[in-house]
Amino acid sequence: MPIHEKSLIRPENIKTKENLIVEGIDVSGHWSTFIESRAVTDYNEELQEEIGALPGGEFIHRCWQCGSCTNACTVHAIEPRFNPRYWIYLIRMGYESELVRDKDIIWQCVSCNKCTYACPRDVVPEGVMKATAHWLELKGYTEKSPSTIFDEEFSRQIIARGKIEDTEVLHKFLHKTKQPLMQDWLVTIGRNIAMRLPVKWGLKMMWAQVFKPKTKDWAKSRKAIEDYIIEQDAHHRHALKLDAPKSKATAHQPKLHAAE
Amino acid sequence: MVDVTDKAKKYRDVAYYPGCALEGTGNGYDVSTRAIAKELDLKLTDVKDWNCCGAMEVKNIDPKIQTYLSARVLSQAVNVNKQDVVMAPCNGCYHNLKKAEYDLAHDPKSQEVVANLSSKSGHKNYEAGQAETIHALDWLKATVGEEGLRKRTKGKLAGLKVANYYGCMYVRPRHIFPEKDKGPGSESTSKPHFMDDLLAAAGAENVEFPLKTACCGGAHTLSDSDTSTKLVLNILQAAEASGADVIATECPTCHSGLEMHQVRAEKRFGKKTNVKVMYFTQILGLALGIGPRKLGIHTNISDGMELITEKRLLP
Repeated sequence: MPIHEKSLIRPENIKTKENLIVEGIDVSGHWSTFIESRAVTDYNEELQEEIGALPGGEFIHRCWQCGSCTNACTVHAIEPRFNPRYWIYLIRMGYESELVRDKDIIWQCVSCNKCTYACPRDVVPEGVMKATAHWLELKGYTEKSPSTIFDEEFSRQIIARGKIEDTEVLHKFLHKTKQPLMQDWLVTIGRNIAMRLPVKWGLKMMWAQVFKPKTKDWAKSRKAIEDYIIEQDAHHRHALKLDAPKSKATAHQPKLHAAE
Repeated sequence: MVDVTDKAKKYRDVAYYPGCALEGTGNGYDVSTRAIAKELDLKLTDVKDWNCCGAMEVKNIDPKIQTYLSARVLSQAVNVNKQDVVMAPCNGCYHNLKKAEYDLAHDPKSQEVVANLSSKSGHKNYEAGQAETIHALDWLKATVGEEGLRKRTKGKLAGLKVANYYGCMYVRPRHIFPEKDKGPGSESTSKPHFMDDLLAAAGAENVEFPLKTACCGGAHTLSDSDTSTKLVLNILQAAEASGADVIATECPTCHSGLEMHQVRAEKRFGKKTNVKVMYFTQILGLALGIGPRKLGIHTNISDGMELITEKRLLP
């Protein structure tokens, strides 16, 4: 499927009429299709600077629009609308409303780094995708994506204890995204290995649930990282001209401070 | 050129960083790596009181925290273990330690944040160049080597067709792996071959597999499962089309991704594939005459016991 830079004609702008009378003259049959005119007026001239202020977006200004990133992209191969080069173009031009049209797929970047490998200008498109997804959430255009919910639960455990516990990540993630734990494929996997696993393993997994893996003397690191996150969050909000969070846990601040 | 004999000696005694995955879902990788070390008389000393390297998730919250987490692991190895080679079998850990090394050598802002967080956390700061991070592939390639494997295994894997799957984080982005792409003897980021070399030395037949460094969608195994299933299915089907009996893996995220989405592809898309999935250390372990249970093969989701019996790989 070809990629149109400026999709000026969109399906919702095409008006087809069976019977049409213009200024008293019946033009039915001759003029049945019209295209509603459209003008882009809401440029955000700061858009590139806003994305550039978020982690990963720092090098967006280097882009030459060669398209190597999209050409190399893993997700583009299965979802043609996923187009890093096009989004970088929109951001650099300040087409905020155009960018927001793709708000529900930008988070799907799998971080395979094929784009970063291919990019001749060291734009780090993978970072730009993450910064853009982050920006959409901070600006309130999207709810937290499943990916963000996963990242936050994962990071919360690391920050709290220094290590993660696999089953806790799985369980908490499914709970937070309102998915059942007993999904057919997970049940099949569980059943397959349960038949072969030694009893010792089952006990070990239960043990890990009660006594979660921890790094010794982690408390100071935890405090240092938490302070750093709060400080960075304030920087990001300032760069996007958003209000400072009123309380510690606002809707879009990473929820990493939950009691352990 | 690095002196090959120097490496062979140096890597015989290394700091071992298993990471969270190898203590959880990737346990078979840990068990088989340790079993091989024991068999080959290589010394692994766990990094004392290690923490998570940040995996793929923490960088999406803030990349500098990931750099700090990885730097702390390196600091523990250097200052507590008093060792200067860290071996990480997990691609994610290996990638992050390499990335931290690169950032600390080139980016003043990363140096500042890491120094600051280290001082607040009350441990010594890690400075670039104090330690060398290697993968399990580098470790085996330099110590036992192809010649050693040829002698020890006597071609035990003959008749086993293997698709070698390296994944993303072992090769990309290339700038964090300065020792790769250095010509003959070094690893390649576009066409990696260390795993192929080791398994071929043990007698395996490596099939022509075009998706060695394709992405399995591991970052979104749970958060965007349909995308992951499609990507994994590509890999599984390509391996089958290449005639492989088994896919050899070197990353716990890829490994569990392949195994889990093999089941999911059948359940949700009705696409069944029969190719088995094993860690390359499990396959090499079999070649060295170690029993499958000692290599944790029974803890894989993909049941490889029938294949092992059929190919006469039992000790």
